[in-house]
Amino acid sequence: MNRIDVKRRNVVDHRKKQFADPSYKETQYPHRLSFYSTPPTADITLEQFEQWAIDRLRILAELEACSFRNKSPAETALHMKPLLDKYLPLDASSSGHSQLHAQRQKDHYSHFILRLAFASTEDLRRRFNRVETMLFRLRFQADDSRERAAFVRTLNLDWEPVSEDEKRELSLQLATTIGFGYGKRAQQVMDEDWCKVDWMRVPDLIEGRKVYVKGGKAYVPGREQQSMVLNAFTKRLEQALEQIAGALPRLDEDDRLTPILNHLSKNFIAPDSSYTGSGAAIEGAEISARNIDNLSQHFPMCMNHLHRSLRRDAHLKHFGRLQYTLFLKGIGLNLEEALAFWRSSFNKVTDDTFNKEYRYNVRHSYGDVGGDSNRRSGGYSPYSCQRILTERAPGPGEAHGCPYRHFSLENLTTLLRASGVTDRAVLHGVKEDTESQKFHMACNRVFEHVHKTELKRAKDDGVMTAAQLETIVHPNEYFKRSYLLKNMDKQKEQGDVKMEG
Amino acid sequence: MVETDGVQGVAANANPTAEAPSAQAAADADMGVEIQQAKKPEIKLEDLFEGMDSDDDDFLGSNNQLNAKEPAVEVDHDPSFELLRIYYQRFFPWRYMFQWLNHSPVPTNDFKHREFSLWLHNDAVMRYQSYATSDLFRKDVLRLMPRRIEIGPVYTADPIDRKSYRNSTAFLPMAKELCFDIDLTDYDDIRTCCDKANICNKCWKFTTMAIKVMDTALREDFGYRHILWVYSGRRGVHAWVCDKQARTLQDHQRKAMASYFEVVSGKAGGKRVNVRRPLHPHLSRSIDLLKEHFQRDVLEAQDPWASPEKADALLLQHLPDVELREALRKKWDASPGRTSSSKWADIDALAQAGAVGAAFDPKDLLDAKQDILLEHAYPRLDIAVSQKLNHLLKSPFVIHPGTGRVCVPIDRRDLDGFDPLNVPTLQGLVREVDAWRGGGGGAAAEGAASGGGEGAGGGAGGSSQEVKHVQDWEKTSLKPYIEYFRSFVTALMKDERAAGVKREREEDGDVEVKAESLDF
Repeated sequence: MNRIDVKRRNVVDHRKKQFADPSYKETQYPHRLSFYSTPPTADITLEQFEQWAIDRLRILAELEACSFRNKSPAETALHMKPLLDKYLPLDASSSGHSQLHAQRQKDHYSHFILRLAFASTEDLRRRFNRVETMLFRLRFQADDSRERAAFVRTLNLDWEPVSEDEKRELSLQLATTIGFGYGKRAQQVMDEDWCKVDWMRVPDLIEGRKVYVKGGKAYVPGREQQSMVLNAFTKRLEQALEQIAGALPRLDEDDRLTPILNHLSKNFIAPDSSYTGSGAAIEGAEISARNIDNLSQHFPMCMNHLHRSLRRDAHLKHFGRLQYTLFLKGIGLNLEEALAFWRSSFNKVTDDTFNKEYRYNVRHSYGDVGGDSNRRSGGYSPYSCQRILTERAPGPGEAHGCPYRHFSLENLTTLLRASGVTDRAVLHGVKEDTESQKFHMACNRVFEHVHKTELKRAKDDGVMTAAQLETIVHPNEYFKRSYLLKNMDKQKEQGDVKMEG
Repeated sequence: MVETDGVQGVAANANPTAEAPSAQAAADADMGVEIQQAKKPEIKLEDLFEGMDSDDDDFLGSNNQLNAKEPAVEVDHDPSFELLRIYYQRFFPWRYMFQWLNHSPVPTNDFKHREFSLWLHNDAVMRYQSYATSDLFRKDVLRLMPRRIEIGPVYTADPIDRKSYRNSTAFLPMAKELCFDIDLTDYDDIRTCCDKANICNKCWKFTTMAIKVMDTALREDFGYRHILWVYSGRRGVHAWVCDKQARTLQDHQRKAMASYFEVVSGKAGGKRVNVRRPLHPHLSRSIDLLKEHFQRDVLEAQDPWASPEKADALLLQHLPDVELREALRKKWDASPGRTSSSKWADIDALAQAGAVGAAFDPKDLLDAKQDILLEHAYPRLDIAVSQKLNHLLKSPFVIHPGTGRVCVPIDRRDLDGFDPLNVPTLQGLVREVDAWRGGGGGAAAEGAASGGGEGAGGGAGGSSQEVKHVQDWEKTSLKPYIEYFRSFVTALMKDERAAGVKREREEDGDVEVKAESLDF
């Protein structure tokens, strides 16, 4: 856990020390933003403890909802502003607000309380980190530019500003990394705030050749600096959370805080909660290797595309296999059937090759092999839209990812038409959605179109509750809903027939 | 079983640590069989390695089965073993290899905790071998006579005791040179002179181009200075970037670096080059470097678009504008046998003559031509080798089993002078050293100029009293390669020592001052 900075401990005469109560210097908050590197040390009441945590949680939940609804950063900021003002105000130092210290203290304490509440599992940690980073980004962008610069300086990120002369000298090279199109590049180069960092610190920028490198230093333009700050924030929080997770079992706590913390983390259940193999299985459906072709009509476009690619090439590349295997696991295909499915699908390879190169991966995904922790946790959980959208864009020859995001419009339209979506209005809507980066919306639009008759009936009959008709944010949810809707009919018919008979 | 003492010794030793290259090979039962069969007296080196033409990194090579059936050989009596023994005893540069990996004259953990993996003749691979000193390393190699030695990472603890560490965090890879692998088989779709494992001087040019581009970028962009290029013995080269900073890169950084360099991706046939415009400085510089080679070594020497099919797949398909494509196709159909250089020139000629559609944009054509150049001349890397800290790579100076050639380092200052078909071979070396002894100065190998001179001065090989001891490798054509390696290692050690003094923090200017003050 974070140790208390030696300097912050009040020095007590060592002879009296064993009898003295620990007392700490009062925390100062010179900046509006914080990386939350020092834990709070002062006393607060239990009511404050709970109330502050709930207020912050409200903000975080709302932020997460914004991201699920694919609101643009501007929309999110607009949406969040009144809420933030109400629950978690944080004013600039220059505002001269009388409550400045109290605001920052609340922000500080509530962050650390939630750390405790969300450190226990990998899943919670990841989500907490994601939304905290979103909150940080929101505030970072809204911050006064001078204060922001002052804050960034305190982070000791080891940046070296690029001098005007150097900018001029390298303007040709720097211009190539500044963006698309030609035009007034030279001026742009001079306007931008460049800084030099060791290239090892920005591997993601190196990877895509997004920055100019010379002599081991990467020249990072101003707008990428934000992502570096955010990366640093995420990384530090991640480490801190892992430390807490390690220390939690030793948290010798009475019954005052634990119930509050448990309660808090329970309330943080949102749509992307993970699917486990058994939990999502649908009763009555035949989920087996030979039935996949038939079931694929219920698959969302991403999986549909994987399935088509698999049938076309009798092969899928690694990340395609991974994404598809986990999805199939999520719909309830068990390991034996999964192995049978992949074996029969890869009909161009020999048994030997299959066993050598592919079998292990499938078993690993199911947690049948691999390290102890992998086996205990039953392998990976199926990917949510969030993961598919944000992790690992497909390269050439790869079929994973989200078609709405990773396909060109042309290819997407072809795929949609091939899957039977030919309605012009729908295609147009999908086009607009993808252009404004609302990939969920596009996917849900297609879902609603494909199931429009069933949906209407379901709504009329009141079979499905409103919650069940919310935006889909998980491929397995898509399948489940699609399957239930389509079969609601069949089951009913069967029922009718029976009654007549 | 009695006669096969030597082999049994090997097998027994190998068993606990040996990891078979494939599931089938070298199961215990197999080994027994091998040993019993091990009585064929005469086996030539070539026969022994037949079918083993996979060059590198073919851990799961399909030939293992075949090799496993082949009898293990009696270490002590076979002539080809004798050659290998002579090589390890007299030619292999133990001292410099040790200094290279150790970065200091006295043994450090850089060497002690380094993994070596030895490929034995019965096709077992002994992984996680480590040695405290270069002498122990030499001794073990002479005992086991591996046909191939691979170098792995430095671990946090001694690899030989790896099983005794209770938790996995105590034994982790810590450092390894940043490696790149270029293999000519990856160029098969544009090579017209050779294919598969064969090479000639014409297609070797691809490697030369690749080295130039990579070497320049590693030096200019990333600031590395100690880059060792090693011929892999048959059809490729390896780069070992030995700077301290490069050695301690983490996997994600290696991965980032690898994809920084990866331009030609995907399978042959599709569009393999997808780069953003404006071109990244690394790419525009590479294009400048490659332009001339592209004309001379690709278009003229390889003539990759001679056939209409190839011209279509590699060239036309990538050009913008339908009308231009049609015009070109018509022109080339009319005069079959047009060379690639002429076809390349035709593109601009026709575009300027106006055989293009209404929407034609000259910038698109330029972009397309740049892409084509990159596809044909830009280095094609096997990026798996570069991405992982714990990837093993064949050591320099081992003998390539298929060709018998020594994996010699390539002097980057004389890239064009390097002839892969003319590097020293195992048999050649032994002949050379014999000739030197027998003939004194006159018949000495040309590479051993100083040794030869001294020999001539003394009149006979025996008068070694006033002459300083001449090592065997100095008498052969291996000499320039080892000398180059020695100078490389010396420079590396010098930098490393300076780094120790400056505690890796200060600016470059400071280092030089301090290093100097240390010398005086």
